Amino acid sequence: MTAAVEFQNVSRHFGPANAPVKAVDGVDLTIAEGSFFAMLGPSGSGKTTCLRLISGFEKPTGGVIRIFGQDVSDIPPNRRNVNTVFQDYALFPHMNVRDNVAYGPMVKGVDRRTREAQAEEMLALVKLEGYGDRKPGQLSGGQRQRVALARALVNEPKVLLLDEPLGALDLKLREAMQDELKALQARLGITFVFVTHDQGEALSMADSLAVFNEGKIAQIGTPKEIYSHPRTRFVADFVGSSNVLAPEVTRAFGGPAKWASLRPEMLRVTAADGVALSGVVTGLRYLGAGSRVTVAVNGTEVAAQLPAGQAVPEAGAVVGLAFDPSALHVMEGER
Amino acid sequence: MTTQTPAILPERGLADRLTALFWRHPRLLLAVLLTPPLLWLGVVYLGSLAALLLQSFYSIDEFSGLVKQEFTLKTYAELFRAQNLDIIIRTLVMSAAVTIGCAVIAFPIAYYAARFAKGKWKAVFYLGVMLPLWSSYLVKVYAWKLILAKEGIITWAAEGAGLSMVLNAILSIPGIGGNSLSTSPLGTFLVFVYVWLPYMILPMQAALERVPASMLEASADLGASRAQTFRTVILPLAMPGVIAGSIFTFSLTMGDYIIPQIVGTSARFIGLAVYQLQGTAGNIPLAAAFAVVPIVIMVIYLMIAKRKGAFDAL
Repeated sequence: MTAAVEFQNVSRHFGPANAPVKAVDGVDLTIAEGSFFAMLGPSGSGKTTCLRLISGFEKPTGGVIRIFGQDVSDIPPNRRNVNTVFQDYALFPHMNVRDNVAYGPMVKGVDRRTREAQAEEMLALVKLEGYGDRKPGQLSGGQRQRVALARALVNEPKVLLLDEPLGALDLKLREAMQDELKALQARLGITFVFVTHDQGEALSMADSLAVFNEGKIAQIGTPKEIYSHPRTRFVADFVGSSNVLAPEVTRAFGGPAKWASLRPEMLRVTAADGVALSGVVTGLRYLGAGSRVTVAVNGTEVAAQLPAGQAVPEAGAVVGLAFDPSALHVMEGER
Repeated sequence: MTTQTPAILPERGLADRLTALFWRHPRLLLAVLLTPPLLWLGVVYLGSLAALLLQSFYSIDEFSGLVKQEFTLKTYAELFRAQNLDIIIRTLVMSAAVTIGCAVIAFPIAYYAARFAKGKWKAVFYLGVMLPLWSSYLVKVYAWKLILAKEGIITWAAEGAGLSMVLNAILSIPGIGGNSLSTSPLGTFLVFVYVWLPYMILPMQAALERVPASMLEASADLGASRAQTFRTVILPLAMPGVIAGSIFTFSLTMGDYIIPQIVGTSARFIGLAVYQLQGTAGNIPLAAAFAVVPIVIMVIYLMIAKRKGAFDAL
């Protein structure tokens, strides 16, 4: 399989050379053709800059970027067959929806009849038939998002870049769009590169994902690998807020003297007597679909997630903790 | 636990009483705020315009030289006499040329200020654009007369650079040339462009500032070249600003009566005609009719602009 996008030791530094801000710092990355790839990280971690490096709005200060094997160092954005769905959608306010969608074909010199037919076809794809004559200002956020999608897809891009496309939508709409995007990608077979700070979104949608931290990739892998085997403390904490155990605590929990991650949902709260681990309940949080119990074990706070319907201990009660030893995941580093 | 603060704070005199009044009657505040400007706009401003319009429908008695207060279109008919039509066409052409000249020079400056200038450089931009407005208009125009004169710095610089031929070639073009820059229509054009330029830059800059950077990126992303992005995205979105600027440059040029007197061929423009007609000639009706011409032209101009979609981005 060809790599749709390849980063080789790519950096993007801003500011003076003696004290640069390293937005992207020595990133190596391969995105397989036809995959749904997510870039996950907190704000300022370099994920959006990476996306802009692929589209060409940023130039790397070091390293090489290849799109389908071709070095794109000297290729301006308009000649890269890559399209972006912008965070603010960036629809042209002075054009109606049809002209917005037909913009790509228009600047490429496709005649009016053909490009308007293409636009209608794309609007049907994103379920916006009959909206062609409206102005972007007359649409809801979710509809604008679909227009932005149609406007990008009409160009039949080799790679579709999505910059936090669902960030501005409310929860219900966001979940519906997640399913639709996933289905669309499977149907079209285009490589999707998706930037998000929402770990749930990244885990549920991506075939593989890269977790960014401070301009570097902390871990890259399938959602399952990343969730169950976080390589670093940062990944464990950022993806699904794990219990990160210091070496001596890991030892007390029956593991080697190394940093380890233990997912809250892998812990069971039991009666205090006759178990190896016990502690005092210091906090309770109701989550709707369950409860989160914080237990202080020898001074270390450990969170356990209880499914709904299970009896919840009272604050101050002494409880025991149990878990399957295989759930304790030993990590390599901190970042 | 609770401290001894009251649930309702005591009234602190007139200011609080007024605040309460305006809170109970929100429209009252609007009325108080809007009455003085509406009076000004409605009575003083539009009122005098109406008076002017009225005057233009009177005529002057050819024997006594007195204004006959009877409704007639005779005065308007006079506008179409060859010598008057000449003045109108000359003014129109000059105004259009000045507007286009201003727009061409203003755009890169406004674009730079809106897109790239930050912090200190933005202040420098505003200062640079506004600075010429601080000094007297007359002084600037006379300064330009000296700059453009035959003995002026431009002629001198052209000689020094061996470009006298070019200057003379330009000056020998009929219609825009003349004896020297300061006595040619080209000179009038240059001075007009200079004095009205800030009025084009500022609205343009404000319009360009409102175009989000992502819009330009989206255009490039979809395959547009820089020229296509300019034509299909930047220009339409900046159009309301360009139109606003052009209203200033166009109408200021049409109404000005000082620059054509000082720099140029002393051929008459509308402003100068109005000035002379209401002064020495005492022909108020014809002066009023002349003054209506720019208004009509502006209305036609705006109607065409609207039909062409210039205000779609508003």
